[in-house]
This record gives sequence, C-alpha cells and structure tokens, in this order.
Amino acid sequence: MQARKKRRLYLVLTCGLCLCAATGLMLAAFSSTLTYFLSPRQVLAKDPAPGVDFRLGGIVQVGTVNTKIAAGSDAPTTSFRVTDGQASVPVTFTGVLPDLFREGQGVVAIGAMTANGTFAASDVLAKHGSDYMPKDVEQALKQAGKWNPIYGPPPAASSWNTMQVKSTSS
Amino acid sequence: MIPEIGHFALALAVALAFAQGVVGIFAPGLRDPRAMRATPALAISHLLAIGASLLCLIYAGIVSDFTVENVADFSSSAVPLLYRITGTWGNHDGSILLWCFILSLCGGVVALFGHNLPASLRARVLGVLGLVSGGFLLFTLTVSDPLARLWPPPLQGAGINPILQDPGLAFHPPVLYAGYVGFSVAFAFAVAALIEGRIDAAWGRWVRPWALLSWIFLTAGITLGSWWSYYTLGWGGFWFWDPVENAALLPWLTGTALLHCAIVVEKREALKAWTVLLAIATFSLSLSGTFLVRSGILNSVHSFAAAPGQGLFLLVLLGLTIGGSLLLFAVRAPVLAAAGIFAPLSRESALVLNNIFLCAIAAVVFVGTLYPPFVDLFFGIQLSVGAPFFDQTVLPLTAPLILAMAVGPLLPWKRADLAPALARLWLAAGVALVVFLVTTAERHVVTALGLAGGAWVMLAALTDFAERLRLFRVPLSASFARLASLPRSAIGAALGHLGFGVTILGIAGMTLATQKVIVMQPGQTTELGGYSWTLEDIRSAPGPDYSQRIADVTLSAHGHPFLTLHPSRRNFAAQGTVTDDAAINTNGFQDIYAVFSDEPAGGGAELRLNRHPLAPEIWFGGLIMALGGALSLSDRRLRVGAPARAKRKKPAEVAA
Amino acid sequence: MAMSATRRRLLFGIPLALAVVGGEGFYTILRRMQRNDYDPHALPSPLIGKRPPAFSLPGLNGGPGFSNLDLLAPPRPMLVNWFASWCIPCVQEAQMLDWLTKNGLTIWGINYEDKADTAAHYLAQNGNPYTRIATDISGLTAINWGVYGVPETYLIDKTGIVRWRYAGPLTPDIVNGTLNKLLRRYS
Repeated sequence: MQARKKRRLYLVLTCGLCLCAATGLMLAAFSSTLTYFLSPRQVLAKDPAPGVDFRLGGIVQVGTVNTKIAAGSDAPTTSFRVTDGQASVPVTFTGVLPDLFREGQGVVAIGAMTANGTFAASDVLAKHGSDYMPKDVEQALKQAGKWNPIYGPPPAASSWNTMQVKSTSS
Repeated sequence: MIPEIGHFALALAVALAFAQGVVGIFAPGLRDPRAMRATPALAISHLLAIGASLLCLIYAGIVSDFTVENVADFSSSAVPLLYRITGTWGNHDGSILLWCFILSLCGGVVALFGHNLPASLRARVLGVLGLVSGGFLLFTLTVSDPLARLWPPPLQGAGINPILQDPGLAFHPPVLYAGYVGFSVAFAFAVAALIEGRIDAAWGRWVRPWALLSWIFLTAGITLGSWWSYYTLGWGGFWFWDPVENAALLPWLTGTALLHCAIVVEKREALKAWTVLLAIATFSLSLSGTFLVRSGILNSVHSFAAAPGQGLFLLVLLGLTIGGSLLLFAVRAPVLAAAGIFAPLSRESALVLNNIFLCAIAAVVFVGTLYPPFVDLFFGIQLSVGAPFFDQTVLPLTAPLILAMAVGPLLPWKRADLAPALARLWLAAGVALVVFLVTTAERHVVTALGLAGGAWVMLAALTDFAERLRLFRVPLSASFARLASLPRSAIGAALGHLGFGVTILGIAGMTLATQKVIVMQPGQTTELGGYSWTLEDIRSAPGPDYSQRIADVTLSAHGHPFLTLHPSRRNFAAQGTVTDDAAINTNGFQDIYAVFSDEPAGGGAELRLNRHPLAPEIWFGGLIMALGGALSLSDRRLRVGAPARAKRKKPAEVAA
Repeated sequence: MAMSATRRRLLFGIPLALAVVGGEGFYTILRRMQRNDYDPHALPSPLIGKRPPAFSLPGLNGGPGFSNLDLLAPPRPMLVNWFASWCIPCVQEAQMLDWLTKNGLTIWGINYEDKADTAAHYLAQNGNPYTRIATDISGLTAINWGVYGVPETYLIDKTGIVRWRYAGPLTPDIVNGTLNKLLRRYS
C-alpha cells in the first residue's frame, strides 16, 4: 500500500513537473517566435518598427519584379511590390525564390521592415496551385477590396493586365 | 461502365461495413456464435468491395477516362503510367478512398490472422472497425465521391501537379496511411476490451503485434515523407513543422508510448489505463489530423482545397468515435485498475516516465499546431507558429527523454537500483562526454548536445544488447549461444533505440549544414564547405511532359574533381509551372545538394549549393527503427497463440 | 482499491471533457468558415422586388452618367454591374460581360470608389461592355443599394424592378444556369 501511494505521489509530481516545463517552454516560445500577419494596408496603417519580424502577405504586383546582382556579392537580390489592392509595400529578398513565385500570384514574405520603408524578406513562400491563394492573403484581400474569394477562384495570373493600387484617400 | 461498378462497390461497402459493425458489436452480447463467426466474413467482403472500388478508380486513371471527374481534374494522358496509377491518391477524394481501403484492410487482416483471439473479442474488434469504416465510407460516398462522373468529358485532363510526379508519390501515402490508419486496430482492441469489461495480460499480448505493425508503417511513412520532401522540393530541409507533418508526428509519439506500454500490460498487468488511453488517443490523433487537413481549418502547404461542409461531417464522425470511446473509458474506469505492483524505481516506472515525456512533446506539438486557428477564432488575430516555436519547445523536452531511454532498458522489472544500471552505461557516458567536449570547442553547443545525445543513445542500445549476451563477461562462444536463443523482440528493441540515436545524430549533423546562393556563369568556380564548385555548362534536354534545362556542376577537393551534379529545371507546359529538380549526391555520411533555381536574364545560372553533413543518417535512423520493429514483430512468441481459456482464468499469472 | 469507483470514473472522464471542449471549438470555427461560404443566391438584397433607390450619378470623364429615372422602364431586361479598376475579380468577369453584350444583353456600369484615370485605363485594357457608365466616387449610392462589394450585378426587368442580385464575378455556370433562366422568365 505504501509503495502504491509513494508511486502515485511520484507520478503526480512528475506529471506536474513536466506540465510546468512544457507550459513554460511554450509561453517563452510564444512570446519570442510568434509572427503576426499583416497585409500591405495594415503595414501602412500600423507602421511596424524596423527589425520586428512579421509576415507580409498579398499579391505580387505586376510589373514590379526586378532581379539583380548587388554589387560586391554573387547572390541575386529580387525586389518587388506586394499589394492587396489598397496599398503596396516594396520588398527585397536575397536568395532563391520558390518555383511558384510569379507576378500576380499570392505570396507570403517573412521578414521585417527596414529603416528606409522597404520590407527585407528572409523567406518568401508561395503555395502550389496556379489559382490557389494563401488563406492569410485571402483574408487581407477580403478586408481591403471587399472581395470574398469564396465566390470563385482568383483569376489566373495571365489574365491580369495591371494591378492598380487604390488610393487610400477616398 | 467500370466507374459505375466502382461506384456500386463503394455503396455496397458502406452497407457491408455497417453490417459488420452492428453484428460485431451486438453478437457477443447476444451470445450468438453464428453471428460472431459471420463478422470476419463480413469484414473480408467489405474489404473486397472497397478494393474493387479503388481498382476501378485506378483503372479509370490508367485509361485516362475523363468522364470520371477525379481523373479529369488530376490526371492527363500525357502523364506517365506510374503517375496515372499513383496519382489516384494524390488528391483529396482519391486519398480518402485509399484511407478507407486501408481501414478495411485492417479489418480484413484481423479477420484473416486473428485466429488466436477469442471469438467474442474478435467480433467486437471487427465491429468497432466496421462502424468507423462505415462512417468514413458514408462520408466518401456522399460528400467526397472520387467516382463522380463528369459530362461532357473534357478532351484532356488538367494533369498532375508536377511536384507529385515522383516515385516517392507511389510509396509515401500508402505507407503513411497504413501506419496512420493502422492504429485503428489498436483502437478497436481498446474499445472492444472496454465494452467487454476486461483488460488483462492476454489482451496486452494480442494488442502488441497490431500496435507494432502500425508503428512500423508510420515510422517508415514519416521517414519516407521527410526524405521525399528533402530531395524533391529542393529547399534543403527535411521537416517544416507543417501542420500536416505534425498531424502524422502526433500519432507517432503516442503510438511509440503505446508500444512501450503494451509490453508492460502483457508482462506485468500494470499500466492498463495508460495503454487503453494511448490506444484511443493515437487513433483519435490520426482522425483529428485527417479532419484538420481536410476541413480547411489548418493552413498548410500540403492541405487540399478546403470545404467547411466536409469538415462538419468529419467533425461529427470524430465526435462519435472519439467521444464514444472516451466515454466508455470513463465509465469502465474501475476495470482499468492495475493488478501488478511495482516500485517507484523500476522498468515499469521508467516506462511511465517515457509515456509522460512523449505525451508532453505531443501536447506541445498539438498546442503549437492548433494555436493559430483558435486565436483567430477568439481574438481575430492572425498569426503563425512555425519552426522556431517548435524548435524552442520540442527540443528541450527531448533531452530528458534521451537521457532516460538509455537507462530504462537496463532496469529490471518490479524493483530496481539505479546505480548498477548507470554503472553499465560508463562507455556510453564517456563517449558522449568526449563527443560533447570536442564539438563544443569549435561549434555551437546545440550541435554538441545533439551529437552527444545521439552517441549516448546509440551506445546505450549497444550496451543493452551486449548485456543480454553477457559480452566480455563470459567466453565468446557462450555469448554466441546466447545470441542464437535471444528473443528477436529483444534485438528489435535494441535496434529501435539504436535507430533513434542515429536519427538524432543526423539531425544534429544538419545543424552544421552550409549553404550558398549564387549566380554563376559557365566556367566560374566558387568555394563552399571546403570544396570548389564549378559550373561547367548549361544545356537543354526534353522530357515526357516537360522541357528541361540542366546545369552541370563539378566539385573538386584540393584541385581534384571528384563529383559532377546535374541539377535541372523542368518546365511543365500544361500547368505552366516550373519545378527545380535538386541534384543530390550522398556518400552515406554527407549529402552534397545542388539546386538550379533560375536562369536570370543576364545569362548564367542561379544555383543554391548545400553541404549537409550526416543528413543521410536522419533517414537511415528511421529505416533502422522500422527494421527493428519488423524484427520484433517476427518474434514467434508474439504470434503463437496462448490457449485463450487458460489466460483468461488466471490473469494474475505473468508470462515470462 | 485505494480510489473509489466514482472518483476513478471522474478522473478518467477528464480526457472526455477535454475532447468535448476541443470539439466545441472546432465546431465554432467550422460554422464561422461556413458563414463566409454562403450561396450568393441566398444573399438577401433589400432591393429584390423593388425599384433601385433614388440616385443621380455623374458619368466617367465627362460622360452623361445616369439616374434611377433612367432605369424605370428598360425595353428589355438589363444588368447594372458595379465594378472598380482595383478589383481583381472584375477583370475575370470582364470577358463574360463582353460576351453577354455581344449576345444582345444591355449592361450599364457603375464605377465604385475609383479614380477617373485608372477607371478609364481599366476600361481600355479590359474592354468596355457598358452602354452607359456612372461613377459613385463616395460610395454612398452603393450603401443605399446594399452593395456588399465589387463586382456585383443586378438584374432589372422591363418594369424597372430588381429581380436578382449576384455578388461576385459572373461565371459561365451562373450565366448558363441562373441568369439565362431569369432572362427568359422576365423577357
């Protein structure tokens, strides 16, 4: 009987300890690794501080993609603008862009704002499917352009001639 | 015609599954032996019906029958034969049919190989499997029908996603599903035992092979999936902590705990509650994973197009299955009292500790995966939880697991002293310490911990093995004699732990990976990881449904060329997508990895060059774990049926 | 037994309780997702069965524009289409609108919260299917119509009554299915 009680005590203690450890680790990780998602319109509205990581999502604005090799390095740097129909944010990224990265395609870039107002991306994600849009991007477009993507798939990128930026002053 | 037969077979399968379910569950209560005997027959017919349905769908894919909507949407006649066949399960509806097929296969296998089970238990197990199967088949037939027709048929199908055009596609889903879905058998055993009201050593003995079999497949499936994404997606990583990956990892974690517990129930009749709960939890996690991915709640690179309506149906199925089994678990709680007693320090306790650690890791992964949708629901904030979160939480929790798993096998049952066990681990501890000190000198402490941990686990497994042979304590011939009579499950267990250690080593090695992204002109050379990489040439080559551009890259060490890689870019005209085919060369201890990612307008090639030390070990480890499991499964003791009656009358007696 | 049966049952009931809570959460998430996923046909418009509210909007770049009085008695059933240059699905819909006008359907357009030059550019790029165009720069007329977003299309019959509202880009399915039926019914 004693052994059983002792065993139960140890069991409860260990479970409690593990639970505390797991919870503590999770809380610590949440505070330091969670990245918020912002659309270009929200970026302009909230003006995040430079150096704070977040995810920028939207559509790659047609006619803005530009790849060049920066002086003094061999790595290619791509610059483009991400838009949600209301505002657009310039982005620079050094590295390999995913296969599905294309003008007019939904994209999520992870990184932070720089002092000069561009978004320096450390990672760029595009999901597969030529007319699939990331949920975050859908939400942003929905809020900005009052477009509900459930009405139908977004049009194929090749059918978009231009992607106008609506002025925010109306 | 054939798709119609398939459709009919699917409907038939629904009926058979529910029949199997009802008969299986109620017959033992009614003490009707004929009905109980009928259940295996129902299970086999159900399996044949679904098998026929799946075959019809595959046939439609092979002949490119575009009147079947699934084939028109996800295949085309230009797709090579292998992918016309395997592409059947590369999409939502086809994959759920595969899911159902494997579920019915589980029932069929229990029906065919479960002779040693008492008739009532077998009937109940099949009954539970039948009900679950029936629910999912109903879902497939009504909401997610892969054999729906399309009229008029298009002239050509939409083609398969180029990323899925890979041999890995043929094997990853079926193997993964065999594991994922295979835990339904352990689940069915748990629920059947709860219905019957009896959990004893005999039950533990019967459950163990089934849990082991599913675990082997799940381990292999996850390993294959990780390896496939590594070499096919060209991102140089092997685990993204993507919700779908996590959905497969969660049942693996609890399944591993289940596996270890089943041993204890069999041997010591303790930990019954743990085992039953883990069996329910593992399959519940599989089901939840399926639900989350297909309902659109989770955002994933793997997820299929979302459909909240389908999600609701699945949620109802989940509610019935998980809710029902947990309710039974609560109601039958008194039955699950432990019979065996063990000291706070013993192998049983070590296994309890093992359960706690694995479940803690599972809980963390679970919370991390579900945090974004729940926060979105309650606070409207959109955020994402990615690799950094999981690295920061899971890795520290793995540390106590790694420490304990070395000691556990060396502890005796019932009551143990810690000192002798630790003393036997002197070699493992010593080597681990040396590895740690040597590595910290030049590299990050995390890498050092990882390598030391891997060495610790590997050597501990070998120590356990050596102990059983009394190696170096008795003459070698005696050790060999012991080897011959050593039960395979013991060797299998040591192999399992060894494999885990190898994987840890591989993961630690990947922290030492070096990478460079560079635009090179033909003839140019660059340095990375101690090698010189030269771009020799860029050329074109045709393919079955794509056009290719290939870059030839040569590596030299100390001026001597030793390897040429051919990373390529494939342009799939039909879908308008381009994929990069990574070129990987491995020597077993290191991967050289090159991706041809772009041809910039100014000429030349944009290349990503990687050197991954110890990367192959990640998957070798998984393979070794699966082999260990298979070896353990082949142990005759597990399959020779003990006379059921004797076991039932004396549950307290323990098998040696 | 150290623990009574009831206490044991309660303890073992904890996983069930957790599962129920989790299930509730998932159910709520799915319901919310579904609410966004409604059938546009079922979307209630305050205008169905009524005439458009009073308005008078200027035209684009000096054009004549139109008012609700112009919609009192069209010779044939016609469409009023709300569009904007910054709206992505409008581009998708443009081809369909073009096809509809070529097949004899009259479409009038209202340009919503847009700038004149970009709107003109949009029409130049995507074609101009509109017999007449009005501009609602402030968006107030849209509020009176109950416009949810762009693109939105209203079917007005020969007596000037709104019979159908479709929110979203017109797809071939909708045109072949619903719109054609309605046109036949009200012609």
